[in-house]
Amino acid sequence: MPASQRVLVEIYRKMALIKHNDDRFISMIKAGRLTMPYYSARGQECIPAAISVLLTDRDYITTIYRGVHDMLAKGVPPKLLWAELAGRATGTCKGKGGPMHITHPESGCMVTTGIVGASMPIACGLGLAAQVRGEDRVVIANFGDGASNIGAFHESLNLAAVWKLPVIFVCQNNLFAEHTTLANGTAVQDISVRAAGYGIPGVTVDGNDPRAVYDAAQEAIRRARAGDGPSLLEAKTFRFNGHVFGDAGEYIPKDQYAAAVANDPYPRFRDALIAEDVATSAELDEIDALIETEINEAVTFAMDSPFPELSELGIDIYAPVGQA
Amino acid sequence: MSQTLVKPPAKINTVQAINLAIADAMEADENVIVFGEDVADLEGGGIVKVTQGLSTRFGGNRVRSTPISEMGFVGAAVGASLVGLRPVVEVMLMNFTAVCMDQITNHAAKLRFMSGGQTHVPLVIRTMTGAGFGTGGQHSDFLEAWFCHTPGIKVVAPSNPADAYGLMRAAIADEDPVIFIEHLPTYWVAGPAPAPGHFVPLGKAAIVQEGRDVTLIGYSRSVHDIRAAAVNLEKSGISCEVIDLRTISPLDMPTILASVAKTGRAVVVHEAVRSFGAGAEISARLHEQLWTKLKAPVQRVASKDCPVPFSKPLETGFLYSVDDIEIAVRTTLANA
Ligand SMILES: Cc1ncc(C[n+]2csc(CCOP(=O)(O)OP(=O)(O)O)c2C)c(N)n1
Repeated sequence: MPASQRVLVEIYRKMALIKHNDDRFISMIKAGRLTMPYYSARGQECIPAAISVLLTDRDYITTIYRGVHDMLAKGVPPKLLWAELAGRATGTCKGKGGPMHITHPESGCMVTTGIVGASMPIACGLGLAAQVRGEDRVVIANFGDGASNIGAFHESLNLAAVWKLPVIFVCQNNLFAEHTTLANGTAVQDISVRAAGYGIPGVTVDGNDPRAVYDAAQEAIRRARAGDGPSLLEAKTFRFNGHVFGDAGEYIPKDQYAAAVANDPYPRFRDALIAEDVATSAELDEIDALIETEINEAVTFAMDSPFPELSELGIDIYAPVGQA
Repeated sequence: MSQTLVKPPAKINTVQAINLAIADAMEADENVIVFGEDVADLEGGGIVKVTQGLSTRFGGNRVRSTPISEMGFVGAAVGASLVGLRPVVEVMLMNFTAVCMDQITNHAAKLRFMSGGQTHVPLVIRTMTGAGFGTGGQHSDFLEAWFCHTPGIKVVAPSNPADAYGLMRAAIADEDPVIFIEHLPTYWVAGPAPAPGHFVPLGKAAIVQEGRDVTLIGYSRSVHDIRAAAVNLEKSGISCEVIDLRTISPLDMPTILASVAKTGRAVVVHEAVRSFGAGAEISARLHEQLWTKLKAPVQRVASKDCPVPFSKPLETGFLYSVDDIEIAVRTTLANA
């Protein structure tokens, strides 16, 4: 089923939430008010926005250091995310995880890893748990193109295929792994062809086109829910802000960058919704305004929150005595 | 009342004890699942048959043989444990933990802390090792120090079948990741059978022999050698107290400190290579915490600082001997 008008607007809302949060993270870092390694996903917001509208709270995601977009789309409350990134006691993880290690089980965000590829075996385990217990849950395992070159990716696809696990491997192919181009680090142009080596479906879509991502994800999720096993979904996209905040991106060819900006998924989708009469510009502005308010509240909440007590260094290493 | 028809055997070996412990845990809690290479009955029930019969009894949903993908299936065990399953996975040999170290040390060990306590990893990784069978440099190492050096992991190494049963039950019930080290060369040594449901608490050492003059501390294989040395030393009138750590990390410091405060002397014995090992940690803590009560420097007895060699004389020379333990004890006494 193609996305309804209501769903398209919801995808827009999520994209706007991700984009406006990203803008604010960067302005806060530039202003010296936030200190953290920040891996911006600006340019990739369409992918989790279009996938997450197909998920329920019961479904799980795993993501990576570049994962704030995935978390916001899945429903991690912005104020908890902001507080975590600001290292505050009120953050998702009491400030003990930070940007590369967000966990928020309530919204299904089970693991964020800073080790390239490592969240894919864990995603298999989340799928295994659902399968063993006969629960209707799917797992979205997010990762980058570079991660498709590490062993964990290959072991995970094989294991998920052999056990028919309800996992959708979502490769957000932004064409760079740190400073290495896809061509220089990856033996294939399309990551999706790697699915054939594991006997599972693999498709490549325009990751800046919400409808294309939605349609492909819908089929992969249907398969997973039906017990037919995993799929590999590659969404081609681009990251506008380099690998990490401070990366000037000298290694990115100027014309490639200009073409990517011309294909920025956020204005592209906004314009399309208006042109196709799905929403008026005023309606979308209203969505944006609500998001701005939510972000303002999140920033205030985070910056007004206390830092964690030093006693936290001795807590959460092992189960509290008596519980084990 | 129905009568007990089958009398449990008075003696069992460690293979049987661990098999029984896992089976009893699976019976008691349906969240306990088992996987690893060749662990299901179709594949023989494990290369040493520790998991024999489990897949037939509990079904292929809960007991699965895996592809040769330690990173993949240990990571899957981490993931499954995050949402409440209690996986007991087999990493066939301890050296193979090297290929899934990221999942163990960066993920299993740290997710409780990094998530601020929102998730945790109730996972048991069973693995076997031990020199003496000519398996050489990549199949025989004791690598417990790698894991003990990572906060968030517990490390267990039983020396006898009853403890193996009780520690396995406790490890499966524990809320944190446990590395469970099984000693291959003593798998088939029979010992008294545990009572059903026998739990040995993690982090609690056992004083297996009381003595006056010196405390001998070991775990896994070295407990057997320590006891042999103690018998010989007794003939020279030297009285040894013997501690079986059972859990290497976290260390049971109260038991160790009380014993060494009494004897004033300590020798730590392990099969792992000497440098940067558990012996170094225990020795350091004793010197820090018991300096004024020590009558002699703490001695370490361990394997040579080299890869495990193949050739029989080399392998024997690599391992410490019972003689080495006796010499170390006499050294602590000579300093008196
Ligand atoms: C195992 C490992 N090796 C190297 C790194 C350093 N590193 C961090 S991100 C990255 C590039 C990953 O690229 P990709 O998978 O395409 O994801 P992207 O950052 O483009 O979203 C590298 C090499 C790491 N974090 N983990």
